[in-house]
Amino acid sequence: MNRTRSRGWLGALPLLAFFAFVFGVPAIALVAGAFTAQGRPSLANLAQSLQGGYLTAMIGSVRLSAVVALLGAVLGTFLAHAVVTSRFTLLREAVLTASGVLANFGGVPLAFFWIATLGNSGVVSGLIGLPSGSLYTFWGLAVVYLYFSIPLMVLVMAPALDGLRPQWREAAANNGATAWHYWRFVALPVLTPAMLGGVVLLFGSSFSAYATANAMVGTVVPLVTLKIASALTGDVLIGYENIALALSLDMIVVAGLVMAIYLPLQRRSSRWLH
Amino acid sequence: MAALTGLERVSGAAARPRVWRGVVFLLAAAYFLIPLGASFWYTVHTPVEGVSLSAYGELLTAEGFVRSLLLSLGLAAATIVLVLLLSLPAMLAVRLFAPRLRPVMEVLCTLPLVVPPITFVAGIGTSLRVGTDVLAPTPFWATIIAVQDPGFPVVLVLAYVVLVLPFVYRSLDAGLRTMDVRTLVEAARNLGASWPYVLFRVVVPNLRSALASASFLTLALVLGEYTVASLLGYEPFAVWIVTASGSAGQLSVAVSILSLLLIWLLLLAVSTVFGREKQK
Repeated sequence: MNRTRSRGWLGALPLLAFFAFVFGVPAIALVAGAFTAQGRPSLANLAQSLQGGYLTAMIGSVRLSAVVALLGAVLGTFLAHAVVTSRFTLLREAVLTASGVLANFGGVPLAFFWIATLGNSGVVSGLIGLPSGSLYTFWGLAVVYLYFSIPLMVLVMAPALDGLRPQWREAAANNGATAWHYWRFVALPVLTPAMLGGVVLLFGSSFSAYATANAMVGTVVPLVTLKIASALTGDVLIGYENIALALSLDMIVVAGLVMAIYLPLQRRSSRWLH
Repeated sequence: MAALTGLERVSGAAARPRVWRGVVFLLAAAYFLIPLGASFWYTVHTPVEGVSLSAYGELLTAEGFVRSLLLSLGLAAATIVLVLLLSLPAMLAVRLFAPRLRPVMEVLCTLPLVVPPITFVAGIGTSLRVGTDVLAPTPFWATIIAVQDPGFPVVLVLAYVVLVLPFVYRSLDAGLRTMDVRTLVEAARNLGASWPYVLFRVVVPNLRSALASASFLTLALVLGEYTVASLLGYEPFAVWIVTASGSAGQLSVAVSILSLLLIWLLLLAVSTVFGREKQK
């Protein structure tokens, strides 16, 4: 066994080499390109990516993702709680299965669903007299993103809510706690890690979503993913590829920051999670 | 669970949560079901022709439908084979011989979730452009051109392997947890089995359900993937839907409904595979 032990780690080599190449080369190209303007090292791209329309798009993306993450987390938790405490097993199974399907349902088909429903010639928008173009706005996009965010939150929260032991509620009630006290001082602190994880997950999936926004709003709502795409495909002047790379770097920094805020919080509050 | 609901029924405020729960379910049902129903109605009803299923019939004969679907299925198959061939030996090696590499694997298999796919595409696009220029005078030039062949873009397979790695890792990790890998492998080795034999005749059969679910998840992801393919300029299924939608609105909504059904079927397959395993 000794001889194999020393060589055994070689099994991991193909994956590590593959990852270093397929992930590493684009990463290096991205960083190198972001810091290069007119063939020379410079900070011009990054500076430009944080100005004017690009800055508006970045703020728009962060705002949209934050709104969707918070709304999705609250609504998803309510739905998950209703599901978990429901006495009808069939309903419970149906909602959880549907959540699994809808959480994976994104991209272009999702956009078409909502265009058919609330778009300018949509089935429902005609019935309720929705003003033309209401779907193709910031809040329209938020409503559409919630369609996969709420189910995602249900999937995150259902196991955590299942883990709340009835004894805790009984103990709290015996000590004279009201329902509010129970939620504020017992249940919510226990649920915090799962909720934080859910919020980060929701933020990340809305932040990096491109297909849905592209099929739905085009460039009406400024989002950073749309800006990157149009700079990449050369809709604008040549030489803007490096701006796209700088914007990408900004996005990675934002995603990294969210993770950096989340990890210590999660560690601090996961003491109760088993 | 039963204890929790039991407690609530005894307590005085029992009626209120039940009403509240009903309201939550009603609102959720309205929000999630109305778009489904409206989309279906949109595909079958036109003011001129009334109700007909012609949009679904047109689908099969539409220009590019079969070609793009076949391309997507081919890409999915190649991605599944490559990702399993890379990750399974690596995970076994880390588990058996190099536990110290475990944190490295964890980070590698989380990175693709943190990095937005569109930034990954930006990096790939730049690498391909620069690579083509740099490699032009060398024999590798033919390779980098072949990788970008629109008939079967290998570069997409490479990108998809990275994108699905986190899901495959989780799935295989869950599978490996349920068996005693070390004992099985050492027993097989002591009985004289070669490494390939151990991998394919001992480990793989025990991991069948984890491998199946990893494959189904990969299939679902590759079939629906739009960002990477469209920005690199290829036309698999998800990109074709958008191209087709320009000419026919009903058709694209019909395809969307079909793709939702497909996801549902794939996930159903995953859960039945896992369900059967649990019953054993």
